[in-house]
Formats: sequence, structure tokens, C-alpha cells
Amino acid sequence: MHDTSAHAAAHHGPPTSFIRKHIFSLDHKVIGKQYYGLGLAAVIIGMVLSWIMRIHLGWTNYAIPGLHLLSKTGAPGDVITPEYYLQVMTMHATFMVFFVLTVAPFAAFGNFFIPIHTGAEDMPFPHFNMMSFWTTFVAFCVMLLSFFVGDGPTLGGWTQYAPLSALGPVAGPGQGSGVVIWATSIAIFCVGQLFGALNFIPNILDLRCKGMSMWRLPLPTWAWFITSCMGLTSFSVLMPAVILLILDHVAGTSFFVPSNLVLNDQLQPHSGGSTLLWQHLFWFFGHPEVYIAIVPGMGIISHVLITNMRKPMLSHRILVYSMGALAVLSYMVYGHHMFVSGMNPVSSIAFSFPTLLITIPSTIIVLIWIGSLYGAKIRINAASLFALGFISLFITGGVSGFFLAQPSIQILLHATYFVVAHFHFTMAIAAIFGIFSGTYFWFPKMWGRMMNDTLGKVHFWLSFIGVYAIFMPMHYLGLAGNVRRYQAFVVDYMQPLVGVHQFITIAALFTGAVQFIFIYNFIHSRFWGEPAPDNPWQGTSLEWSIPSPPPHDNFGGRHVVVYHDPYQYGVQSSTGDYVMQDSPEQVKTINEEP
Amino acid sequence: MAKLFAVTILVIAIVSAIPIVRNTWHPMEDISTHGQAIDDQLSDTMWEAGISFLASQILLAWFIWRFSGDRPGEKTKTFPGGAKGLVAAAIVLVGVEVFALGIFGVKAWAAIYFTPPGADALPVQVQAGQFAFYFRYPGPDGTFGPIHPEQISEANANFYGLDTTHDQDSKDDIVTAEMAIPVNREIRLLMHAKDVSHSFYVPALRIHQDFVPGLDLQLHFTATKVGKYEIVCSQLCGLGHYNMKAYLDVMSQADYDNWIKQQAALQ
Amino acid sequence: MATTVQQPPKVEPRRSPQPGPPGNGGFRNLLPNDGSLRAVQDHAPAPSKTGIWVVLAAITMSFAAFTSALVVRQGAAPDWHHLTLPNILFWNTLVLLASSVTLELARRRVAVFMGGPRTVDLSPARWLYVTAFLGVVFVIGQYSAWLQLRSQGLYLATNPNSSFFYLLTAIHGLHVLGGLIGLTYVIRKLNRVVLRRTTLDSFSYYWHFMGILWVYLLLLLWMRL
Repeated sequence: MHDTSAHAAAHHGPPTSFIRKHIFSLDHKVIGKQYYGLGLAAVIIGMVLSWIMRIHLGWTNYAIPGLHLLSKTGAPGDVITPEYYLQVMTMHATFMVFFVLTVAPFAAFGNFFIPIHTGAEDMPFPHFNMMSFWTTFVAFCVMLLSFFVGDGPTLGGWTQYAPLSALGPVAGPGQGSGVVIWATSIAIFCVGQLFGALNFIPNILDLRCKGMSMWRLPLPTWAWFITSCMGLTSFSVLMPAVILLILDHVAGTSFFVPSNLVLNDQLQPHSGGSTLLWQHLFWFFGHPEVYIAIVPGMGIISHVLITNMRKPMLSHRILVYSMGALAVLSYMVYGHHMFVSGMNPVSSIAFSFPTLLITIPSTIIVLIWIGSLYGAKIRINAASLFALGFISLFITGGVSGFFLAQPSIQILLHATYFVVAHFHFTMAIAAIFGIFSGTYFWFPKMWGRMMNDTLGKVHFWLSFIGVYAIFMPMHYLGLAGNVRRYQAFVVDYMQPLVGVHQFITIAALFTGAVQFIFIYNFIHSRFWGEPAPDNPWQGTSLEWSIPSPPPHDNFGGRHVVVYHDPYQYGVQSSTGDYVMQDSPEQVKTINEEP
Repeated sequence: MAKLFAVTILVIAIVSAIPIVRNTWHPMEDISTHGQAIDDQLSDTMWEAGISFLASQILLAWFIWRFSGDRPGEKTKTFPGGAKGLVAAAIVLVGVEVFALGIFGVKAWAAIYFTPPGADALPVQVQAGQFAFYFRYPGPDGTFGPIHPEQISEANANFYGLDTTHDQDSKDDIVTAEMAIPVNREIRLLMHAKDVSHSFYVPALRIHQDFVPGLDLQLHFTATKVGKYEIVCSQLCGLGHYNMKAYLDVMSQADYDNWIKQQAALQ
Repeated sequence: MATTVQQPPKVEPRRSPQPGPPGNGGFRNLLPNDGSLRAVQDHAPAPSKTGIWVVLAAITMSFAAFTSALVVRQGAAPDWHHLTLPNILFWNTLVLLASSVTLELARRRVAVFMGGPRTVDLSPARWLYVTAFLGVVFVIGQYSAWLQLRSQGLYLATNPNSSFFYLLTAIHGLHVLGGLIGLTYVIRKLNRVVLRRTTLDSFSYYWHFMGILWVYLLLLLWMRL
């Protein structure tokens, strides 16, 4: 690895115009913050949609004030119709999975910090990088558009199973233009992801500064590297799938729609398509996608915890290998979403084994986190609390996976609230806690000001208790056979469960309200927070060696040279109990990897 | 604050475990012949998951309690055994445990999917369509008449598109909105999807299978207890998904024979 | 007795080094300070090489997905009608493969130009123009294959075979068009004598991949349709 790779991308000087500085910026830091803003907008949308769903589930005929403004046909008299509930549900999931969980922990923080962690000036292809954000933004706008076109968004769930998704308007409200808009938005999103991977991977492989070997990269950057490889290979399968779906809608093809279907007493003109083909293509993407949602969070909270524990993890390499193992195995397990789908039952058994196997790297990661806490000196602040909370939530989410990995148990639990509990614990709360942890930790670097730690702690406490109150009861609902994606519970055996739903709704509304503490803290700190020093947390990685916020070319023109592993804490040096990566000071270091 | 957090984790873990231990919410009573294996599997998994959950949350809470704060004078320590011990623990404890679950679970799955129905299993067809289930019995001739999709008409209550004028086999087919079966008699269920994907979920019967448009599937089971149960759709099929259900009536053989006679008369 | 640390210990904020004088903007500025425009770098930065493999990996996965869609669709229903591939496809294949040959000729010519006297007589861009021309001929040829199918009454939705034929050739064709845009970029850089070797190399990998991909698709269509 040679000296000339010390510097990054295009030789663009600092921009001067407002548009170049803040709108069409080539600077990875601005792009990262733009992605963060997009994620923030998307999470507010997704959260509000979830409130609408939860209120309706607890009190089916409740008139939610103002809902008719969102849709006149969907909520006449402010009471949501069955179809509109499903449309809201689909949009909730779509915004959350794509525009929050793939954007915030990955595109936002990754864009900001990968070049800094590698000692580079910028990403290798800044124009493509800028296009990646704006492409994603266009996808976001297109998705929003579906609320206002025709009879509203699609109602088929973010999974868009065929033939419901492919038949067109005859299948239900929102299944005409709603599906086409959804699929188009997703196709555009896939392109944005590719432009991102095109930058992340070459930056990490080729633009590391002198002394920065792969093993000296901090854990978030490893996580982003692994995630980029997953994104590259999974989104490029989703895109063909949605292209085929769009063609079934607009071109009269029959990729996913078999013959002899009758809707509204009309025989449908399609013939020969395969329903299960959609599921295979979608879940080949879909399962790696959920690891794309969680692996960056794992990297981020590891990074936050190490700084706040004042000691490195028990094994840097094993964490990296385990994250890599998760990524590789994630392609082999996707059939566990299809155990009772009608695919060959032998395949179900076949898919269940890698699914069970994937618990091993997950467990290794969790045990290394917990084992690293042993003997540490844990500093308690908002960032570390969210990181520790992540561990607890990921344990809960992971353990429910034991059940769902087995086809025989899925006979009882498939498509019930048990599944809803499982994925919300892992994605909706653990991953979001990872985003919060990263925000409280890196806000000083990104915006040059400190967030209010007291408010952060209040935010943490109320959220931690709140999310457990919302999602833990869903496991019980699932065990009792409460089917998911129901807008109301008219089935006899589900009647006794409505009270649990009401409890969950109250918890959800409360926890949702608590998030405004974060939003207030964020906005207030952004403009009036205490100016941040370069290294408020006494961190060792390269982001703490530059000003807060960093200058345009990150390192002020100096050639960064790295002398140490990323997490030299618990040592004795001139700065205290840590030595920075780019400090030439020779100290007795810990766990120096050969 | 760290100690409070540790206690909170502990309390949450214990409170979460209480409904499980007390079995407050649990699957319906099993009325099938194959369900015991599934229930055993669930119980085993619950033990393993429960112990893993409690152990790891308690360990997390304990370490947060014990190792927070600066504690001047104390040096940072490394977990005894380091990472290698933990990796070994993960592979051995968790790996073996989940593999055992997987292998034992195959048996429960095989009982449903890898064993053929008996020769005298009673054939019943179920058709799922937006947003109702309709059932068809073959009648005395024992054969189902062909389905003519272009003749399906909800308006005329010809749910299966049967052509009783031209198809001999269709003449004695019995179509109902409720599924009745005799107790302790093996049923061979033929599944047909009329429009989009649906699912046949009867928790009490420990049966859960998606309908696949374009692919007719078969299941078999035996109900062991008389009673009225619900069949619900669990695969999102449109706006009426939440309301798509039918009753499964498990009756004595004599009651069933009466019922089927009555239904035949109503055709 | 406080056992938790509310705030990290106060440490003197580290003073960042003063930013240096504006330099060339880092090593990626390939124009030396004396403004000599004839300087062409032989050792371009590696990122574009990695970048092109990223792109090729994505394209491979996409076509793998389309292939599995074709295979599954074929097995899903008995409505597969044999589709005779128009002969022009085989001529198009030769054209595309020839363009790979001309591209290699171009690369050698450019290397000679870059490594030695940079005289315009060497006309280093000539074979690049030929490659571009052949690329355009390929795309037109593909379109004419479509016209032939349409004259037989085979459109996108006529039957699954025709669907996959149009789909696969169209998506490949779009990628070739994208390659032509890249080739335009390469030619422009060369004419301004600021073409980096790795830019040309990366473009070549992409272009050759289009050829290999087309041969694969042709075999797939020939065997399966």
C-alpha cells in the first residue's frame, strides 16, 4: 500500500457558492449530513404512520382528527378504512426499511466517516457520490408521491407479494398506480445504492493513508465495508425484480401472474407466471437487507462502547470475521421467510439449517461485547447508554429468531405478531438505538457542537422502557395466534387480545412523543449547542484528530500517517489513557495486531 | 445511573419472562394428531431461548453494574479466557443447541409434509379467494368435477365455476362456506387459490400453509376433538384480509353424515 | 458516593495543525504546477479499477437474477413457445466482439502515444472512434432484430419467450449505450491529453464485459428460448 494513495478523490477545491456548498455538494461530509436529514424526515413520516396504525388497532372506529386531510377516500370522517390501513402500513414499512435503516446508519454516517477513518480527503468519485444522495432523494419523493396519486399508495406490504402486487387495480385500491410508483421509487433507490457502494468500497480498499492497514480500520468502517458488499449484491437483485413487476403492470407481461385467476368474476388475461418467483427474488434481496440494516449499527455501537469503556474489544478480528460471516450466511437463509409458502418442504428444512447456524456469529458478537465490558470503566453518557441498550435489544430480537428459524414452529408463528416482534426488536429498535448512539457520539464532530447530555439521557430512559413496553407483548400475541397485517380483530379467538393491543398503542404513542425530546435536542444543539472541542470523548480514531467540524479536505492538507491500531485505550501516554492512531508516540499498547 | 440501568435491564427481563412462565398467552389447545411434536419443539425452544435470554440479559446487567465509572485505582481487566473462550462457548453451547433443535424439528415437519395421506383419507377441497374460503366435497362419486375459471361467478354463487350440465363429476359436488369434518378421520385437503396468495391457518389444528395461485397443494391431517374452530387467512390478500375466515366444525361421524346430506340437498 | 462519571475528564482541546498552503489538491491533481497540458499520467489512482469491479459485480448479480427468473418462468407453465432467434443477432455478436478487438488496438496505440512522442500523427483516438462506431452498429443491429420480431407479430407481452428476449436484449443494450457514453468521456479526455491509464483500463474492462455478457445472453437465449 503506497504513499500515493494517501489523498482522496477529485481535486476539487473548497466550494464557494451556496448551492455548491449545501445543495449539490461534492463533499462527502455534506452528503452524509444530507442523508442524515433524509433519514430524519423519513423516520418522522414512518413514526406518524405507525401512530395511525396503532390507534386504529386499539380503537378500530376512532376518528383520528385531521386524517381526512391525508386522504379523503382513505379516511372519510377521519376513520381509516381497511384498505387505507394497509396502505399506511405498507408505506410505514417501506419508509422505515429503505429510507431510514438503509440511509441513516449506513449512507449517512458512512459517507461522513469512511474517508476520515481511512485518512482520505474525500470519496474517490465525488460526482457519483453526490448523485447517490440525489438519486435517493428522488426515490424518496417518488415514494411520497404515491400518497397523492390515484387511489393512494399500494397496500401489498413492503414485501409486495405477487400476484396481489402484479395484477393491477383489479386486485384492490392502490394496486394500480400505487404499485408502479412504489416499484419505480425502489428501482431508483437501488441505483442510488450502487453509486454509494461505488464510492465506499474503493475508498476503503484503495485510499487508505500511509500506515492504515485494513486491520487498523475502526470497526464502523469495517461494518460499512461489509454492508456495502451486501448492498452491492442484493440491491442488484431487487432491481430486476421490480423491473419485472413494473412490466407486469404496464406492459402486459406475465412474469409473476399465473393463468386462470379470477377477480371480481372476471378471468384475468395473464398466463403462466410464477408467484413464488417474486418471493425468491425479493427475499434473496430481503434477507441481506435486514443485515444491511443492523451491521452498521453493530460497528457504530462497538466504536462508541470502546471509547466509553476505555479499553478495546476482546478481539477486533473476531468481531470483523463474525460480521463477515453474518453477511455471507445472510444469502443462504432467505428461504426462512418462505417455509410455508408452498415451496418444496425439503427446501424449508434446507434453509432452516443455515438460519440456525447464523445464530453462532450473532452470539459470538454479543458475547464479545458483554465480555469486553468485563473489567472496563464504562462511562455513562447518552451515546454509551444507547449502545448498551442496543445490546439488550439485540439479544431479545436475536433470541426470538431461535423460534422462527424452525419450520415446525413457524407453523404456529408464521405471519403472527411474533414475527412482528422479532423484526421490530432487531431492526426498529436495536438499529435505531445504533443510530441514536452514533448521533450523540458524532454530533460534535459533524456539527461542531455538543448535544445536551441530560436531555439525551432522558431520551434514552424513556425510549428504552417504552420500546420494551411496545414490542415485548407482541411475542405473547404471536404465541396466542394473533395474525399480522390485520386492520381489525374480528376473529373470535383474537377478541381477548384487543386489550393487549390497546396497551401497546398507549406505549407507542408515549414513546413516539418522547422522540421529540431528541428532535428538540438535535435542533437546539445544532444552532446553540456548546462549541465542541476536537476530541470531546478522548477518542483514538482519526476523526478525533481533526477539528469539529472538519475542514473541507478533512486533514487540512497534511499527509496522515497512522502508527497504531484503532483502539489503543488503557495505555499510558502523554495524552492520558489513550494514544491516537496518528500519533507517532511509542507507548506500550494493547492487543497490537501483528 | 449505571446501576439503575442494570436494575432496569434485570426488571425488564424478569417481567418479560413472567407471562411465559405463567403461560398467560399460549397457543390454542392442540386437536391434531401431529401437533404434539410441534408443541414439544416449541416447549424445548422456549426453554433454550428463555435461558439464553435471561442469562445474557443478567450477565449484561451485572457487568454494567460492576464495571461502570472510573473506579480510580482499579486497572482495566480482560475477561478471563479472552475472546477464544467466548467463541468456544458460542459454538458449543449455542451451536449444539440450535442444531439439536433443528434436527429434532425435522421430525415434526416430516409428519406433516413427508408422509403421504392414507388411502381412505376424506378429500376436501378449499378454495381461497378475495375474501372468503369455500369448501368442496366430492360427493358420492368421490371425484371433484373440473373447475372452469371463466365460469366462476360470486354473483351466481358458482364459486368453483362448476359446469353441472356438461361435467358428470360436478353434478354431485357439494360446495359450502363452512368446513365440517368427522373427528378422528384423516382429511386430505386440496388447496386451490382463485386470485391472489392466501393462507390456510388453523392454530388449533397446527396447520399453516399458503395457497399459491397456479399451484394446487395438498395437506393431510386428523382432528381429534369435536368442536368449532376458526380458519383464518394469514397471507395479506387485500383490504378484506382481516375478515377472511371460515369455521371448521369437527363433528362425530354420524353428525357429519347428516350434515353432508343436508348440504347436498342445498346445492 | 458517585460511581458514575457524568462528564469525561477535562482535557485541553487539541489544537489542529494549521492547514497548509493550497497545494495541488492532493496527488489526484494530475496537472503539474508548470501548467504543461501534455503531461499524461501513467499511474492513475487505483480506485477506478476497484470501482469498475464494483459495477461489474452489480451487473453480474442483476443478470443472474434475470437468468433465474427465466429458468423459473420456463418451468412454471407449459406456455413456452420456441422463438427462433433472428440471424442478425449473430452478426451483431461479431460486431461487438470486433469492437473489443479494436478497443485493444486502441489501448496499445494510446500506450505508445503516452509512453513516447506525443505527436498528433499517431492519431491515438482513431481506434477508439472505430470502437464507438462498432458499438453504435451493435445497438442499431439489436434494434433491427427487434423490428424483425415485431414483423413476426412478437412483441414484449406476446409470450414469455418474447418477453425475455426483449427484456434481456434491452437491458444489455442500455448498458452498452452507457458504455458508449463512457467511451465518449474517454475520447474527450484523450483529445485533451489528460487521459489516465486506469480510466482507459477500467473502461476496457467494462466494454469487454459487455461482450462477454452478450455471448452469455446469446447462448442463454439460444438454448432456452
